[in-house]
Amino acid sequence: MDQAVGSAGSTPLVAMHAIVKTFGDLVANDCVDLDIREGETHALLGENGAGKSTLVKILYGLLQPTSGRILWRGAPVSLPDPKAARRLGIGMVFQHFSLFDAMTVAENIALALDDARAVNDVADRVVEVSRSYGLPLEPGREVWTLSVGERQRIEIVRCLMQNPRLLVLDEPTSVLTPQETGVLFETLGRIRAEGRSILYISHKLEEVRTLCERATILRHGKVIAACDPRTQTAAALARMMVGADVGAARKAAGALDGPVRLAVRGLSLPAPDDHGVALREVRLEVRAGEILGVAGVAGNGQGELFNALSGETPAPDAAAVVMDGVEVGRAGPNARRALGGAFVPEERLGHGTAPGMTLTDNAILTGHATHGLVRRGFIDRAAAQAFVDRIVAAFDVRKGARDPAARTLSGGNLQKFVVGREMLGDPGVLVVAQPTWGVDAGAAQIIRQALVDRALAGGAVVVISQDLDELFEIADRICVMFNGALSAPAPADGLSREAVGLLMGGHGESNARETQPCAS
Amino acid sequence: MRLVIARRQDVPGWLKLVSPLYAIALTLLSGAAMFAALGVSPTTGLYTYFVSPLTDAWALQEVAVKATPLVLIAVGLSLCYLSDNWNIGAEGQLVIGAVFGAAVAVATHGAPNGPWVLPAMIVAGMVGGALFAMIPAILKTRFQANEILTSLMLVYVAELLLDWLVRGPWRDPHGFNFPQTVMFEPEAQMTRLMDVGRLNISAPLALLVVAVAAILLARTLKGFEIRVVGEAPRAARFAGWDPRTLTWTVFAISGALAGLAGVVEASGTLGQLQPNISPGYGFTAIIVAFLGRLNPIGCLAAAIFLAVTFIGGENAQIALRLPLDVTRVFQGMLLFYILACDAVIAFRFTIVRGDASGATA
Repeated sequence: MDQAVGSAGSTPLVAMHAIVKTFGDLVANDCVDLDIREGETHALLGENGAGKSTLVKILYGLLQPTSGRILWRGAPVSLPDPKAARRLGIGMVFQHFSLFDAMTVAENIALALDDARAVNDVADRVVEVSRSYGLPLEPGREVWTLSVGERQRIEIVRCLMQNPRLLVLDEPTSVLTPQETGVLFETLGRIRAEGRSILYISHKLEEVRTLCERATILRHGKVIAACDPRTQTAAALARMMVGADVGAARKAAGALDGPVRLAVRGLSLPAPDDHGVALREVRLEVRAGEILGVAGVAGNGQGELFNALSGETPAPDAAAVVMDGVEVGRAGPNARRALGGAFVPEERLGHGTAPGMTLTDNAILTGHATHGLVRRGFIDRAAAQAFVDRIVAAFDVRKGARDPAARTLSGGNLQKFVVGREMLGDPGVLVVAQPTWGVDAGAAQIIRQALVDRALAGGAVVVISQDLDELFEIADRICVMFNGALSAPAPADGLSREAVGLLMGGHGESNARETQPCAS
Repeated sequence: MRLVIARRQDVPGWLKLVSPLYAIALTLLSGAAMFAALGVSPTTGLYTYFVSPLTDAWALQEVAVKATPLVLIAVGLSLCYLSDNWNIGAEGQLVIGAVFGAAVAVATHGAPNGPWVLPAMIVAGMVGGALFAMIPAILKTRFQANEILTSLMLVYVAELLLDWLVRGPWRDPHGFNFPQTVMFEPEAQMTRLMDVGRLNISAPLALLVVAVAAILLARTLKGFEIRVVGEAPRAARFAGWDPRTLTWTVFAISGALAGLAGVVEASGTLGQLQPNISPGYGFTAIIVAFLGRLNPIGCLAAAIFLAVTFIGGENAQIALRLPLDVTRVFQGMLLFYILACDAVIAFRFTIVRGDASGATA
C-alpha cells in the first residue's frame, strides 16, 4: 500500500498508527489510529481529558509519541518539532492564541513565519489571503484592540499563508458568537473547496454534524468509534463520547414571584486595567427560586461583573449591590459570605483554589468565613477535614490520595469540589461563572443539577456562561453582557438563539439601554 | 537531541526536605576541592571549618551568638518570601534597628537609670527596623516599585547613615577619634547568661521567636493567609484577604525582627555602635531562610550551620592562614547548590532523541 507521494486514491493524506503517549502513569493516548483523507473535513470528538489535544500535539510535532508511527501520504515521517510539521503542510489553530497584544496583526504573522520576510510584504499578503477567504483583517491594527473572533482570524490567516494541506482547528467556536461562528464556517467551506483537509476538534455535536463527513471519537485515550456524523443523531454521538446516556437537568419551576434576594442597581466601575472592561450601569434582580443566565462572548465584562458580585472589587456605593435587603456594595467577600452569598469563579486553578495546596487547605480558603473552621484565629484541621469529606461525598469528587493538591485533580473533579464547597452551606445567593467549562459531561450534569436544586430550594442563582446550550437548559431568564453593559433579561422560554446571538455581537445594545433592564 | 525540562506533578514532601542535605554534601565536596586548590589538606580544611567550632565551650557559645541574629532575621524573611514579598534589605533594617536602639543607650548614657533601658532599646530597635522596612513595602503597594531593588538599595542608605552617626554626632569624645560610640552602660547591654563568654538573653529570645512563628504558620489563619497570598494571590483575594495589607504586615514583622537583631548585635555582642556592626547577617539570613525551607524550625537548624561556618572561617584564618572570604565562598556555594537541588527536584530533565520514529514499538 505504500504508494509514492502524490498518488491520490485510497492512500490517506496523513495516517497515525497505534499512537501511544504516556505521561508518567497516565496513558493519554492508548493505541490510537487516525487517518485523514485528502480534502475531507474530519472531526475529532471527545470529552475533555479524552486525549484529543495530546493527539493533535503529536501530529503538530509539539509532543513526541511514546510509540507509534505517522505516515504522510503513505510515507513514514518524523515530526520532531512544529517546524517539521509545517514543512509537510500541517497548519494548526490553537484554542488559546499565542499573539503579542502590543504588536500589529502583520507583525504577529511575520514573527510566526518560518522564512524571514519584510513586514510590509507580509501585510500585503495578509490582505490578499484574508480577502480571498472572507476573513477581513487590517494588518496595521494592534492585537489588543481586536475581538476574540478577529484574533482567531489572525491565527487562521497565519496558517493559510503557509499553504497547508491539512488545517487543524482546536475547538475554534468555543470563543465565538453564533454570528462569528457563521463567518468561520463559510471560510472553512472555501478552504475545503480548495481540496485542503481539515481536522476539526470539538465537543459541540451539532457543529460536527453540519460540518464534517467523518468523525473519530475518543474516550479515555482510546478510539471508541469512527463514523459519519451526518448519519448519527446528536444524542447517539454524545452517547459514544460519554459512554452513557446524558440526561437534561430538570429545569427550575417557573414561579418567579419570590422575594428579590440579589439586586444590582446601576453599578458602574472603571476598567481595572488597560485590557479590562468597565462596567456600565449594570442592573439585575434575582428572586428566590430563580436562575438568571448571563450570556456573552468572553471578555465583555463578565469577569468584572463576577468580582463586583463576589466583593473582590467593592462598588463605589453601598446601595449598588443588595443581598437579602442588606446593602453590601462596599463589603468584601467574607461579609457577603456571612450574609449567605457563595461564589464560584471561572478560573478553578489560581482563583477558586490555590493549585499547590491540599483540598483541606482549599476548603479553608472560603470555608473559614462560614463553616466554623477557625476558632480565635486558630485553624481547626479536624473540622476542615470533615468538611472536605462531606464535599467529596455529596459531589462524588474522585481523588487518588487522601488529601491531594488541588492541581492533581482532573478539571471535572476539581470543579465538583469547588461547587460543592460553595453549595454545602446552602447559600441564599449563588453566583457561578462558567460552571462546566472544561468539565466532562458526567460532572457537568451533576453541577447543573445542583444549581437547579439550589434554585428549587429557594436560592437565587446567577450563572455567567458562554455556553448557550447550558443557559437555555437551566436558566429561567437570560440576559447578555456586551462591552460592560447588561441587556434586559428575557424569559428563556420563547427566547431565540438568534436574538441572544445578536446581543452577544453588540447589536441591539442601544435597544437594551432604552428598555431599562430589569424593570420587574 | 534536545533537552526537555518539565515540571514534575507531584514531588514527594520528603524530597523537598532532603534537598538541603544534598546541597550541604555538594558544598562540602566542592569545599574539599577548593582547599586542595589552595594547597590545604581537604580534611584539615573541612575539620577547621565545620568541626572545630563545635569542640569547645567558648566556640559553642560563639556559634549561638552568631546564630541568634541569623535566625531572627531568617524567620522574618521566611514570612516575606512565603507571601511572595522579596525583602532583600534585612541588612539595612538591622542597621536601622541598631541605630534606634543605640539612640536610647546614647541618650541615657551617664544618667542614673533603671532596668527599663534595655526593653526600651529593644522596642525602639524593632520599631526602627519595621519603619525602615515599610519604605519598600509602601513603594511596592503604592507605585508597584520592585521591592527587591528598593529594599536592597536602602541597605546602602542605612549603612551610610550609621557611618555618619558614628563618625559625627555620636562619636565617643574619649574614643581617640575612633569611629564608634561610647560603650553602653550595663543597663543598656544584653544580660549575659554565663560568667565567661558572650552568650546572652537574646539566644532564648530567638528560640521564642522561632516557636511563635512556627505556630503562626502551622496553626493560625494568618499563617494560612501568608501561604495562600504567596501561592495564589487571586485565590487570596477571593478568600477575602487584601494582599496589600499583608505586604505591609510581613515587611513590618521582618523589619522588626531584623531591627531586633541589630539591637542584639549593638548591645549584646559589641556593647557599642561601630561602622561595621554586622558581618552581613542580613544577607546571610537569606541563605538561612532558603536552607531552612522557609520554615522557622528549619531556619533554626540552618542558622546554626551557617554560624558554624562563620566561626570556622575565623579559625581557618588563624590556623590555616586562609582569607576570611573563603567563608563567603562557602555561603555562596551553599545557596547555589540549594537552588540547583530544588530545581532538579521540581523539574524533570530528560534528553530526548529528536527522531520520534526511533521509538516505534
